[in-house]
Amino acid sequence: MIRRIDRRTFLAGSAAAGLTLAAGPFHKASAADPLKIGFVYVGPIGDFGWTHGHDLGRKAVEAKFGDMVKTTYVENVAEGPDAERVIRKLAADGNKLIFTTSFGYMEPTLKVAKTFKNTYFEHATGFKTAPNVSVYSSRFYEGRAVVGHLAGSLSKTGKIGYIASVPIPEVVRGINATAIAARKVNPEAEVKVVWINSWYDPGKEGDAAKALIDQGVDFMTQHTDSPAPLQIAEQRGILGVGQASDMKAFAPTAQVTAIVDEWGPYYIERAQAVLDGTWATANTWHGLKEGFLSLAPYSDAVSETLAAECEAIKAGIIDGSLHPFAGPIKDQKGEVKVAEGSALADGDLLGMDWYVEGVSA
Amino acid sequence: MALKIEARRQISTRMLYLTPFIAVAATVVAGFFVFMILGSDPVESLYVFFLSPFETKYGFSELCVKAAPLIMIAIGLALGYRANIWNIGAEGQLTVGAVCGGAVALAFWDEAGIYILPLMALAGLAGGALYAAIPAFLKTRFNVNEILTSLMLTYVATLFLSVLVFGPLKDPQGYNFPQSRMFTDSATLPIIWEETRLHLGFVVALAIAVAGWVLLSRSIIGFQIRTLGSAPAAARYAGFDRTRLTWFCLMLTGALAGLAGTFEVSGPIGQLVPNISPGYGFTAIIVAFLGRLHPLGIIGSGMLMALSYMGGENAQINLGLPQAVTGVFQGMLLFFLLASDFLVRYRVRVVKPAVEGI
Amino acid sequence: MGLDTILAMLLTVIAAATPLLLAAIGELVSEKAGVLNLGVEGMMLVGAVIAFATTVGTGSPALGILAAMIGGMVMALAFGVLTLTLMANQVATGLALTIFGIGLSSLIGADYIGTPVDKLASLSIPGLSDLPVIGPLIFGHDILVYLSVAITVAVAWFLKKTRAGLILRAVGESDLSAHSIGYDVIRVRYFAVLFGGLTAGLAGAYLSLSYTPMWVEGMTAGRGWIALALVAFASWRPWRVLGGAYIFGGVTILQLYLQGGGDIGIPAQVMNMLPYLATIIVLTVISAGPWRGRLDAPACLGKPFRPAS
Repeated sequence: MIRRIDRRTFLAGSAAAGLTLAAGPFHKASAADPLKIGFVYVGPIGDFGWTHGHDLGRKAVEAKFGDMVKTTYVENVAEGPDAERVIRKLAADGNKLIFTTSFGYMEPTLKVAKTFKNTYFEHATGFKTAPNVSVYSSRFYEGRAVVGHLAGSLSKTGKIGYIASVPIPEVVRGINATAIAARKVNPEAEVKVVWINSWYDPGKEGDAAKALIDQGVDFMTQHTDSPAPLQIAEQRGILGVGQASDMKAFAPTAQVTAIVDEWGPYYIERAQAVLDGTWATANTWHGLKEGFLSLAPYSDAVSETLAAECEAIKAGIIDGSLHPFAGPIKDQKGEVKVAEGSALADGDLLGMDWYVEGVSA
Repeated sequence: MALKIEARRQISTRMLYLTPFIAVAATVVAGFFVFMILGSDPVESLYVFFLSPFETKYGFSELCVKAAPLIMIAIGLALGYRANIWNIGAEGQLTVGAVCGGAVALAFWDEAGIYILPLMALAGLAGGALYAAIPAFLKTRFNVNEILTSLMLTYVATLFLSVLVFGPLKDPQGYNFPQSRMFTDSATLPIIWEETRLHLGFVVALAIAVAGWVLLSRSIIGFQIRTLGSAPAAARYAGFDRTRLTWFCLMLTGALAGLAGTFEVSGPIGQLVPNISPGYGFTAIIVAFLGRLHPLGIIGSGMLMALSYMGGENAQINLGLPQAVTGVFQGMLLFFLLASDFLVRYRVRVVKPAVEGI
Repeated sequence: MGLDTILAMLLTVIAAATPLLLAAIGELVSEKAGVLNLGVEGMMLVGAVIAFATTVGTGSPALGILAAMIGGMVMALAFGVLTLTLMANQVATGLALTIFGIGLSSLIGADYIGTPVDKLASLSIPGLSDLPVIGPLIFGHDILVYLSVAITVAVAWFLKKTRAGLILRAVGESDLSAHSIGYDVIRVRYFAVLFGGLTAGLAGAYLSLSYTPMWVEGMTAGRGWIALALVAFASWRPWRVLGGAYIFGGVTILQLYLQGGGDIGIPAQVMNMLPYLATIIVLTVISAGPWRGRLDAPACLGKPFRPAS
């Protein structure tokens, strides 16, 4: 209520200067004021996938800081003309730290950041930074390397299903990391990809899973948001891996593990930096080592030996002795793209648009 | 005592202008209770929903930014709907228009000149019109229902855009992410209000509304459209060419939607991306009817619709209401607005049941 | 592709087509009576979430399905009051109903995200369900799949053979004549609209209990719109709705199987266009071919009925 009265008094007192609110006078936060943090989501928080994961991160921030922060989120913000307005509104509203959690928000975030120089912006999965804009992303492919090992080991047919959304580099990387790891165990392994051109259509994801299983796939992985493919895996009695969240509830037998997004620690770290006054532009691309992703507990389908192998891969990635994209890597035509003894650099990984041997996409 | 509903002999002009306010008042009352039940301060919620966008220059300018494409598309749709031509694929025509206009911008990315924007606008108009020509051709040649074709082509258009931004039109420096280069200044619409995103497209939208009004009320083709819709038999008797009108309405709607699409990418967005429109093509259908298929009414309904979306965003930001609540409220607002049409045509009288009931 | 794969594919097609068929057949009845309800997506979502919540709450999928029917009908009733009693514009009201339904369903469903539910059991018929090929193809489905076909048959029969069906069609073709003969146009339309809500609710229940047994926001993913288009595809004939649903579902599934079969050198986006293009092409061929019918949209479709007084 206090806020409303404030606003009305403000309006009455400064009808002529009403536009100053838009330009955003930056109040120096007093000690008692909570740090306001805004989140912009591309989907509904109830998608049980990407946006759901980010919202868990937001809740982690609230749990950690309590009254010291006040978080706000806007759901279902379309990538397009609406994004800039929402981000600007959050900034004008006094949010000092704003997380924009989808690639399509990159240019809008940068535009708003130019005006609100004292607000800190954090853009997920992009690559352009500014003095007050950081980017952050997760090395999901590190999890895929473990998943690929599981797939290669557990698939009897050697055919691994991969339900993919849209061919952005992140998805391509995940497919390749899976294929490379699987073929280390089973050189004949093949990753069969079906694109559904949507991040989110449970029915179609499930249908794609059926299409793959009917063609010999006996291990299911996905880069789409819903648990539908795992449910189909459960019904058909094959194994698979959960995406974004632990999906065990939907596939108690089929899910051998899940790649779980863990945005909470990063969000807490960045909020702390703003509170401490130490926030600086960063280009963060973290993985298993920093806890940006984790693997859900292995199911009974994973033997102790296999679990130990997986843990060894994780440990290798964490200590740097194992690179998921270490050579030799051949592309689909069999040409060597990465020589033995070297590994793909981050720049090449960032824009990856080709498939490794063993991928059928 | 009972209520009796009776038709007015003629449409009440007073009610015609009064009903939007009655509807908003009814929504406010109903919204008061809805927000109360959902545990949110009703007065504050209503304030944020309806008035907060007007608080600031930026907020007001954004209303216009969001209303511009809605108005532009709804004008075209309204002409078609008056003639009973059910184009519900304006979203697809918008997308193709944006692709064509955007492609021109990208073709001239290393050039500057005042000719670029007009070329883009032409390409957008042509792209949208040509895309709408598909349902027009199928309808007039094979009698294929345009509800199906126009809607299905919308999905095709989105996928077509996806092919392009993932392929030939993607930014060479963009790490293979699905978006084009940013457009140059020459390919960006001029801002007409400093420190906002309000672009020339809004003025064009208003001009189109006025032109649409003149076309509908003063031109022969406008007369034919009105007759075809309200008295098809008379239109046939008078020898109006239904085929020609179908082509005209669909192509015009497509062209306007295409122009709106071009304006979106050369205005607020500034590049080609996989998602251009947040459903403008569909929302414009509501706008068209809410404005009673009248070009000037559409200006008002376009602004109101934009307000309902922005109010919803503000309610999420300022009050922490989930989008579910704002969606329910927005739906309710529309229900009231649409139902209020009733008062224009009917009046409710209190009568004694002994004499007459309902 | 072996016989087994083709059989499996057909099963997938049946599952994909069922929600489209359920939603479309009710919309067809509504449109036959002259009422265009663009709120199918919203009614489906409400049906889906209510079916899910009721099933989780009571443990009874039967109650869940029943509740979804009621939920869909309540939504349809709201639409009916607005468009039939208050004579609001049908197209805009339908779109508003969808906006409302999306919001309402996520409001109801907030607590059910991440909750699993058992898939609706198949009605297995001892002996028959175990037959090769025919067993799984014809006797291995759940109740909603059979209902979708049964309702189609019933609607076809109702519209063509019964007096009530004739009245309903008359109301859609010429409301004033029907009124002057003495039929209660508004009442007939209420029944038709409510029936549309009922089957949209069933379509939603199929999504959240059988197709993908879960609740996530917006899980219809546009199927309500496809159902609407299918009614036009069918030229307002029940059997063609069935055909349309299976063609659309079939091509969707076929392209997924083709992708799964290996690289065929066509961009995935183009593959995903196929179901939309296929329906356009098939309808064009039907409309242009020698067997084209003369049936067009019901003459009063979308127009409010205002009895003269």
